Amino acid sequence: MSALCEFALRMGDNTLILGHRVSEWCGHAPVLEEDIALANTALDLIGQTQMWLGLAGEVEGNGRTADHLAYKRDAWDFRNVLLVERPNGDFGQTLMRQFLFDAWHHPMLKWLSENSAEKRVAEIAEKAVREAAYHLERSADLVIRLGDGTDESHRRMQDALAYHWTYTGEMFEADAVDGELADAGVAPDPAAMKPGWDALVGDVLAEATLAVPENDFAHKGGRRGQHAEHLGHILASMQFLPRAYPDARW
Amino acid sequence: MYAQMVKSTGTLKTREEMDERERAFQDRIDAGEKIEPQDWMPEGYRKTLIRQIGQHAHSEIVGQLPEGNWITRAPTLERKAILLAKVQDEAGHGLYLYCAAETLGVSRDEMTEKLHDGKMKYSSIFNYPTLTWADIGAVGWLVDGAAIMNQVALQRTSYGPYSRAMVRICKEESFHQRQGYSIMMTMAAGTPEQKRMAQDALDRLWYPSLMMFGPSDKDSVHSAQSMAWKIKVSTNDELRQKFVDQTVPQAEYLGLTIPDEKLDWNEAKGGYDFSEPDWQEFHDVLAGNGPCNADRMSARRTAWEDGAWYRDGLVAHANKRAAQRMAAE
Repeated sequence: MSALCEFALRMGDNTLILGHRVSEWCGHAPVLEEDIALANTALDLIGQTQMWLGLAGEVEGNGRTADHLAYKRDAWDFRNVLLVERPNGDFGQTLMRQFLFDAWHHPMLKWLSENSAEKRVAEIAEKAVREAAYHLERSADLVIRLGDGTDESHRRMQDALAYHWTYTGEMFEADAVDGELADAGVAPDPAAMKPGWDALVGDVLAEATLAVPENDFAHKGGRRGQHAEHLGHILASMQFLPRAYPDARW
Repeated sequence: MYAQMVKSTGTLKTREEMDERERAFQDRIDAGEKIEPQDWMPEGYRKTLIRQIGQHAHSEIVGQLPEGNWITRAPTLERKAILLAKVQDEAGHGLYLYCAAETLGVSRDEMTEKLHDGKMKYSSIFNYPTLTWADIGAVGWLVDGAAIMNQVALQRTSYGPYSRAMVRICKEESFHQRQGYSIMMTMAAGTPEQKRMAQDALDRLWYPSLMMFGPSDKDSVHSAQSMAWKIKVSTNDELRQKFVDQTVPQAEYLGLTIPDEKLDWNEAKGGYDFSEPDWQEFHDVLAGNGPCNADRMSARRTAWEDGAWYRDGLVAHANKRAAQRMAAE
């Protein structure tokens, strides 16, 4: 598989799996405005998935569509980071996961839209970056307000941060695919995104009166297909219909 | 939609029985004027509207649950995106409607509490389960179709904020109905299993959809006053007839059979004759004994209770910021 195809899968699988998780909240959010915002976020992420997986299928050249890639691969072929498959937990965990991801996603899309030498990548990023800017603005704002809210909201947000923290390092790990893409000017070196992320996350957490966890361990594996137990369950529900009725068109 | 059996406060008065203000109010209604929040209105008018708009808003909110049940299992990315957009619209409709009710002097939180305490209702239809993907098609086609019948009429309702909310909502609902029918077309023309799902969805949801219009006019005890006030603008039976007349040809086009042996075109009345739903079942569902009542309410209460810390956190933060601004001034 080409590096470009692999990259498009990584981007698209991140948005697909996070979109799935966010959509699980439908009708269960703490306030009506959140139901609307979560559905909107999930919708953006699924829209981005269609573009990235569409590109992956096109680059692969075997006739697989975005739907094929979403619905007919097993877990070991998924390339999302482990962070996005983490369970929703309470609303604080969902929100913190979103913020930690958005703080990586938005600068990544911004870089791609402005710099990518691969036109198709730049075009997708150009469409997605505006949505990601809004996601980041919203998630950062809520992390600040809830971190610096009541004692309980502060505690929950601090717990949520600890729960996800060791799953953030994977976003900055680099392998041979990343090296090839960086050399070709298609995508940035993931490690180069880390200082910006540290600064942004540090500022937001400081304003939220939340302490940055000291644990710098990083769980890895998602980007090469080694996932947590969670992904299999996500796929079991997501892929149920096309798997149970393989001859059907929907 | 989705107001049924809204209790009307106040008995229908003759002109002679009305006082001067009530007569002037009724004259405005009869002249087709809109009543606005700052205008004087009879207490019964205000209370009836709160019940009706509140019930309608609650239905939009509870209605997220049966559709949300299939978002994670939608069979293509496009269907998933469309369903997400639809459910997002519905939450938005809930928001407009709560805002419209708030102009009558009741807060969203008060209405939410009453829903959770069982003192306010939502449409009976959302107490039925969505068991297959075809149900998502049938909900759009039949349930949104029934809702549109009611809501198109309600664009002419006498209360300005409610009427304007309906105008916005109707635009989006017609898109919802089309997406539902599009799913039904695909399913009905699909594999034998898909066709079976489509017919099964129609079999289960047909009568509950007819119930959405409320009891037969002869048994509808609350209608007269609401009609006089133009809170309601068509009777339950008129709307139900219109819905059946519209839907039967659509089912025929799909090649599906409406589960009613008595269904027959009546040339004289220019509409279909059809069987009434089982009204005992309707009353059972309203009384809390539908297949999903307990689950729906439990989901809503849990969402509200589990979200208390979130809402409290935001309020506490806003208060802190306000105090900081005061101190800085």
